[in-house]
This record gives sequence, structure tokens and C-alpha cells, in this order.
Amino acid sequence: MIESFIQHLINALQWGSFYALIALGYTLVYGVLTLINFAHGDIFMVGAYIAFFVATFLLGLASLSGWAVLALTIPLTMILTSLVGVSLERVAYRPLRRKGANRLYVVITALMCGLILEHANLALFGASRKAFPPLIEETVYKIGDIAFTDLKLGVIATAISVFVFLHWIVTRTRIGMAMRAISYDRFAVPLMGIPPDTIIVTTFALGSGFAGLAGLLFAMSYPVLEPYMGALIGWKAFIAAVVGGIGDIRGAFLGGFLLGAVEILVVAFFPSSYRDLFAFTVLLAILVWKPTGLFGVARTTKI
Amino acid sequence: MRNRLSPRFLCPLALAISLTAHAEDVIRIGYNLELTGDIPKVGEMSKQAGEMLKEEVNSQGGLEIGGKKYKLEFVYEDNEAKAESAVTTALKLIEKDEILAMIGPNSSKQAIPAGQVANDNETVMITPWSTNPAATLDRPWVFRAAFLDPFQGPVAVNYAVKTFGAKTAAVLYDLENDYSKGLAEIFKSEFEKKLGAGTVLSFESHGTKDQDFSAQLTKIIATKPDFIFVPDNYNQVALIVPQARKLGYTGEFMGSDSWGSAELMTLCGDACKGLSFSTHYAAAGAQGQTKAFIERFKARYNVVPDDVAALTWDATRVALQGIQNAGELTGKLKRDRKAVREGIAAIESFAGVTGNMKFNEQGDPIKCAVVVKISDTGAFEFKESVCP
Repeated sequence: MIESFIQHLINALQWGSFYALIALGYTLVYGVLTLINFAHGDIFMVGAYIAFFVATFLLGLASLSGWAVLALTIPLTMILTSLVGVSLERVAYRPLRRKGANRLYVVITALMCGLILEHANLALFGASRKAFPPLIEETVYKIGDIAFTDLKLGVIATAISVFVFLHWIVTRTRIGMAMRAISYDRFAVPLMGIPPDTIIVTTFALGSGFAGLAGLLFAMSYPVLEPYMGALIGWKAFIAAVVGGIGDIRGAFLGGFLLGAVEILVVAFFPSSYRDLFAFTVLLAILVWKPTGLFGVARTTKI
Repeated sequence: MRNRLSPRFLCPLALAISLTAHAEDVIRIGYNLELTGDIPKVGEMSKQAGEMLKEEVNSQGGLEIGGKKYKLEFVYEDNEAKAESAVTTALKLIEKDEILAMIGPNSSKQAIPAGQVANDNETVMITPWSTNPAATLDRPWVFRAAFLDPFQGPVAVNYAVKTFGAKTAAVLYDLENDYSKGLAEIFKSEFEKKLGAGTVLSFESHGTKDQDFSAQLTKIIATKPDFIFVPDNYNQVALIVPQARKLGYTGEFMGSDSWGSAELMTLCGDACKGLSFSTHYAAAGAQGQTKAFIERFKARYNVVPDDVAALTWDATRVALQGIQNAGELTGKLKRDRKAVREGIAAIESFAGVTGNMKFNEQGDPIKCAVVVKISDTGAFEFKESVCP
């Protein structure tokens, strides 16, 4: 019983890691621009596809071993995915911001961008699923009845280090200070000599880059890729970010793990057909109790 | 002056008349297929089988009915593997494209609602792949080419008991999929009937869009079943089996006919080798017209036709046989559709590439099922055949 519970806990940590990694991207952009970037789930999907193409290409170069391919795929995927995120900002969000459009329109634009990414993918690569090539030999470790793989531990470790890194950026660096400044007062910041566009682009690059990393790790853990894979997980990660308190990095991180844990533990102790019903009831209860989310504080500096 | 028919007006009228006259020599059949969505390979295979049959018939001048040759025209529409789209697609084919008969949808999730539409609109529908009884039940206009889940369930139970020596089982199924849920329930009741109450140790479900099954699998593995029955679509099987292995499960799996897609092995890889599932036909080691069909299909598309392709081939040929049995086509759609329905119901025995079939009063064929085992090269090898 204890063993089975620990197994569920490991599963929850791994599954929550993906929510956390994606929720961090939502929260970064929201913190700076108060924009809910609904295309973020689809950027995650694009990240998984970029990882697929990069990995397949590198595996084609016969001289590379699996680990070397992985070592090259990680930075390449992150860079290419952040380029996608940044160009989305440049093409879709910035013109609207320049014209002083209401935030509502930007949110709708974000939703449309997500759909465009999905359907562009569908049109370019077809509806057929892609099987992600196995890069590394996954080893299953067993302690009693508890089983875990090196990839699972890697995913959890990555989520934690990404959180620590982003938290450090936001609280300890000059660029992080500028991000907090923009979220505090968007109009005073240019007067202080801080270029807001550079900061916004950096934010998108960071958020999308880590979505790309999440896409790569997801593709390695669940190696069946399809154009709609980002939609549902993206929405759920958004809910996780809101429950944690959107705009707050700690909130996104904990919210992600909380959602992962609730989903897995509901299945563990109740009939699995009740999973989403119970999971979202719990989250709703949290929001009723604390509408700003776990770490959200009504109307203060966010991020 | 206005009443006089000017040549300008007559010209398109004449054209229209000549077009309708021409259209009478064409038999239009609609395909309601899963071309995008969760199971795109299913729709693609169906379409390929349809195209091949159309070209073979048309290259011989068309289908002969009452001494007259008719060209075939197939209309392929996408239902996105969604129940609601299957309904609108069926309506579009029946009303706008004025088809004589409809083939598909393949999956029970789409075939059950689309069957209602076909039945209400008095148009023949033949679903190639759907095995859930509800698709044809009390619908005189709906037929199928596949066997039924109440038949398939016991096949899986008997095979597992005999081959694995199983005394206990666990089930993991898709809650949002009529096919998967129905078959899971049939399996459970059959297994418990045979081996006693409580022998199905766990009965877990998941959603169609789920990618992580670790919670359900951990729960299942903790009960230590002799094997896990997974009546899921091939794309989910490709995630479930490797995840179970990574959670330390080393036992057997048993699958159902929804595993039998050409794409299973590309998605699942080595993890699925050595597993067995019940299905409609086995391509490896086929004989007679089945062998000929497989060879022509391979020559044309360079892949081995899967169940869906073979069943679509049979379903379309049943429809064409029904049209021929109708004797003659009047060009009046309502009357012709009725004649086609009676033509299909009148089929005594049909020799298809997936075996001989004969339709009962529900429009369901009485035919055999096979169990195949996935070999080390990824081929679906024949293990045994079970006939009703």
C-alpha cells in the first residue's frame, strides 16, 4: 500500500513537471504584459515537433550517439522554439499593442495564433502521428515494487531547475528587475531609459524556450506526436497557473505540481472515470476560497 | 417579350438537361471517414481501398446493372473522428451529394450517431469497422462488414485463458469511446462468467486525449493481474504498453480489433512485439482472393492493407452487390435507395476478403474472427480462427 502510494507520488511529480514547465511560460508573459498567451500550449506542441525534426536529422548523421544527439537537441529545440514565440509576438501581439488595442483583442488574437499553429501543422505534416525516436536507452530501476526510470527523474529535476533559474532571473538580475518594473508601471518604464520591447521579447523568448524544453521532454516520455497534443495540456497548465496565482513564478510551479498530484491521486483512490470531475472540483474550491490563487495577492506587483 | 424563351436562356437549360442525363449513368457512393483527428490512418486506409476498387470497376467500363454500365463516383468526406462531425458529414452526403449509399464511419463512436442519420433519411449505410451492436440495432438501413463485440469479447477471453493460462485479468479502456467502453464491459462480464465473480481485479478508464496513464497502470499493476485487456485505439496502445513496461509490468496484454492498424508498429515499436489481439483478418499467410487483394493493394500503395482497408473493400463490394441486386436504377433517389437496401438484405452469402458473411435481420454479418500475434518483425501473424 505504502509502495503503491510512493509510486503514485513519483508519477504525480513527473506529470506535474510538465504542467509546471508550461505554466511558467503563461505566468511570465502574464506577469509582464497582463496578457494570457493562449497560444502557449501550441508553442509547446511546436516545440515537441521541432525536437522531433532536430532529433531525427541529427540521428541521420550516423557518427553521433544518442546522448550526443540529446545534448545537441536540447539547446537547438529551445532556441528554435523561442524564435517561434518571439516571431508570434512580433507578428501578432506587437502591432496590436502599438495600436493601443484593448487587452481582450490581444487575448483573442492569442487564441487564434494557437489555432493557426495547430492547423498549419496539420496542413504541413498531415494528420498522421509521428513517433519520436528513442534517443537514450531508458533504464527501469526498481526498489521493491516501486519502479522509476532515469527519464522520469530527469524530467522532475529539469522542472525544479528551470523554476530555480527563472526565479533567480526575475528576482536577482537587471533584466528581471526591468520585468518587474514593466509589470508595475508600463508607462513609466520607457521614461527611465528601459526599452520595453527588448524586455517583452526576452520574456517571450524565455517562456517559449522552456515550452520547447517541455515539448522535448514530453516527446521523450510520451513518444506519439500529433497536432492537437498541446491544446488540452496547455489549457490545464493555464488553470494550474491561475490556481497558483497567475503572474507569480512560485504559483505557476506549485500550481503545476498541485494539478498533477490531484489528477493522479484522484485516479489512485477513486474510480478513474471521476478523474476530471474531481480534479477540477478541487481546483474550483481552491479558487472560491482564494480567488487570486495560492500566491496571488490582489492588485500588487506581479511576477 | 419577357415570356419568350430567348436562346440565351435556352442554352444553359439545354446544358442542364444534358448534365442530368449524364449524371444518370453515374453511381455515387459517399464515404464518411476519419481523415483527420485521432485515428487518421483509419480514414486514409479506407480511402485507399475505395479508390482502388473504384478504378478497378471503372477500368472495366463500370458496374453493370440491368444490362447497362454505370461509372462509379466516390465522394470522400472527413468526419474528424468526432461524433458530431460524423452526423453533419452524413447529412451533407445524403442531402447535398445525393449519394446512393454511404460507407463508414469506421469507428463506433462515429458510426452510432451517423447510423441514426442514415436510418432517418432512408439511405443505406455500411460501416466497415464498427463492432458495437448499437450501430445497426433496430436500424433497417444500417449494415456492417465487421463482427460484433458480444462475439469478439468471448474470443479474447477464451484465447487468454487458453494461451496465457490466465485466472485473473485487468481492463483499461477509453471512457469517451463507445466502442472501447462497450467491449470492456462485455469482456468483464464474459471473463467473470467463465472464471467466477471478482476475477477482473481492476477495471480502469481514461480519456481519449490522455497521454499519461501512469496512475491507472500503477493501480492495475498493484493488483497483480495475469494479463491486461486493452480495447483501445492503436495510438493509445502505443502509449499504454511502453508506460506499463516502465512501471515494471512484465506480464501479458490482450488487445482487440482496434489495434489492427498499419500504424500500430511505427508508433509502438519494440514494446508491442509478442502481444496478441483479436481481429478481422490476418494478412500474413492469407489465401485465395484475400491474397490477391493484399498483393494488388501492396503493388499500388506499397503497404500491407490493414483490417480497415480490407473491411472497406468488403463493405463497398457489398454495397455494389446490393445495387446490382436492385435490378435497375430509375434515377429517382428515394426509390433507388430503397431498392439498394432490399438488394443488400437479399444477399444470401457474400465471399469477402475478410471471410464469408451472411447478414442477419439486424444487418450484422455472421462471420469468423481471428487472433493474431505480433511477430518479432512486426507482422501480424495468424494464431487461431474462431467461428460463431
